[in-house]
Amino acid sequence: MSTDAVNNSKRRFLVVSTTVVGAIGAGFVAVPFIKSWKPSAKALAAGAPVQVDISKIEEGQMITVEWRGKPVYVLNRTDENIKVLETDTEMLADPDSEMSTQPDYCKNPTRSYDSHRKVIVMEGVCTHLGCAPKYVPDLNNPFAGSLGHDWKGGYFCPCHGSIYDLAGRVRKSMPAPKNLPIMPYYFKSDTVILIGQDGSNA
Amino acid sequence: MGQRVNDLMGWVDARFPLTKMWEEHLSKYYAPKNFNFWYFFGSLAIMVLVIQVLSGIFLAMFYKPDTALAFQSVEMNIMRDVEWGWLIRYFHSTGASAFFIVVYLHMFRGLIYGSYKKPRELVWIFGVLIFLALMAEGFMGYLLPWGQMSFWGAQVIINLVSAIPFVGEDLGIWVRGDFVIGDATLNRFFSLHIIAIPLILIGLIVAHIIALHEVGSNNPDGVEIKKNKDENGIPRDGIPFHPYYSVKDIVGVVVFLMFFAGVVFFIPEMFGYFLEHANFEPANPLKTPEHIAPVWYFTPYYSILRAVPSIAGSAFPGVIAMGAAIVVLFFLPWLDRNPVKSIRYRAGWYKILVALFVVAFITLGYLGTKAPTDMRTLVAQICTIYYFAFFLLMPFYTKMETNKPVPERVTMK
Repeated sequence: MSTDAVNNSKRRFLVVSTTVVGAIGAGFVAVPFIKSWKPSAKALAAGAPVQVDISKIEEGQMITVEWRGKPVYVLNRTDENIKVLETDTEMLADPDSEMSTQPDYCKNPTRSYDSHRKVIVMEGVCTHLGCAPKYVPDLNNPFAGSLGHDWKGGYFCPCHGSIYDLAGRVRKSMPAPKNLPIMPYYFKSDTVILIGQDGSNA
Repeated sequence: MGQRVNDLMGWVDARFPLTKMWEEHLSKYYAPKNFNFWYFFGSLAIMVLVIQVLSGIFLAMFYKPDTALAFQSVEMNIMRDVEWGWLIRYFHSTGASAFFIVVYLHMFRGLIYGSYKKPRELVWIFGVLIFLALMAEGFMGYLLPWGQMSFWGAQVIINLVSAIPFVGEDLGIWVRGDFVIGDATLNRFFSLHIIAIPLILIGLIVAHIIALHEVGSNNPDGVEIKKNKDENGIPRDGIPFHPYYSVKDIVGVVVFLMFFAGVVFFIPEMFGYFLEHANFEPANPLKTPEHIAPVWYFTPYYSILRAVPSIAGSAFPGVIAMGAAIVVLFFLPWLDRNPVKSIRYRAGWYKILVALFVVAFITLGYLGTKAPTDMRTLVAQICTIYYFAFFLLMPFYTKMETNKPVPERVTMK
């Protein structure tokens, strides 16, 4: 081979292979940088599903747990409550939860699993301006004046007076536009729920 | 003494093309002699960039990108405790709005005088990229004071990302670095706002100016001055940028600074348009403000977003429309088929179309600051349709124009 002859195809091969190898290398190096933007271990821990033991919740009693910085209401309703939810629907803005946020398995009058109809799990965040509505099972409370005499239990938002029923469904002509949102959750067993994770993904 | 300076310059020039660059870009860069009022805004944009970089460097010395400290570090430390901190902060906040005012006027100049047409397509494209980078810079900067509007404005915009089908939810979490806007989001926006985007911005501005100086400036008559050169190869209608335009631009800078200082000292909040009232309250993720509106410079595009009805409960079509409203600008050089550059020599009805475009754009901007009603949404929809029709129908109507004769040389009217 003479010294001044240029082997063009060899040159092209070297240029292309260097470029390809370089691009692949750059692609791999980009991965840590891109992944660094994902939620950190700490953020993941704070956003992890929350396990709640509901065996100690009496009928008519509600507990509040925190999940992703938001209050989550877990309420065990009575048979009486369930009956009311199915009948008293005329005054509701969205009785079938068409406009509201919830997993498909909670899109029913009680907004709960069919297997555990009495238990409702929902975000305690008013859909108006994000206040936490109060659980008012009866008229024995300071808001009784706003609730009417035939009150059968529900939620009352102290900020702007939105009224929800015991399935978190908002009444008509309230400041809040939608029902209380329900996040994905599932029953690990009859007495333990996992908030923040779909049953189907478990 | 003079000899010493010359020797020094010779020494430098043998090692770095200082004199060559000075001549290429200033003392022997020949600009058309008929620049008018509209030609102040390019140099003013650079001036505002300098204000932003300088005030930004000093703000970063006192600001704390931590959700627990950010609001206090701005409203207490910078605004009250740091000597002259309030002035530096108002320079920066007023500068942000001034940047957009100047850039919108600069873009309008390009539109009416056809400065995007051959051979200046790349000048225009770099310009639109600068506009995009500027929007990113403004958006991320607005989160930093960690007020109510910072938080909820970012919430609304990042939720747009989540509206993208299939990957949106994960993408939103990736951008936020958390399930909610929090410390991770604030910290990365701070980094992008003070390092990444400014570097990109400056790079694009350099490319914009290099491309401009390669092809030469357009002018209000849209005449190519390089077609008529004297025996020395200098355009007959050109004058050296320095000293002619450098001196003229100083007048523009002085007038601009009068207005700028007026705002900084007397109305830094500009009645809630430059600094929104809700932002004087610390961010509260549990309490949405009554009315969320972006800062004024985003409102035309925010209006377009809201004007498009959601389909199947997804806001994605609106997001597409908002993106398309900016992307369409990149294609302007090829959408306009009229060979005549300046609006001065184009059809009378084209002037009306441009005037209506300005009206539609300002109307969209106004509506974007207001809560939507049925009437306002309808008006926004009409303006949105006009916005897109103005650009997308260009290939058809610009061919039908009856132009006036374009002069051989620039005019001085």
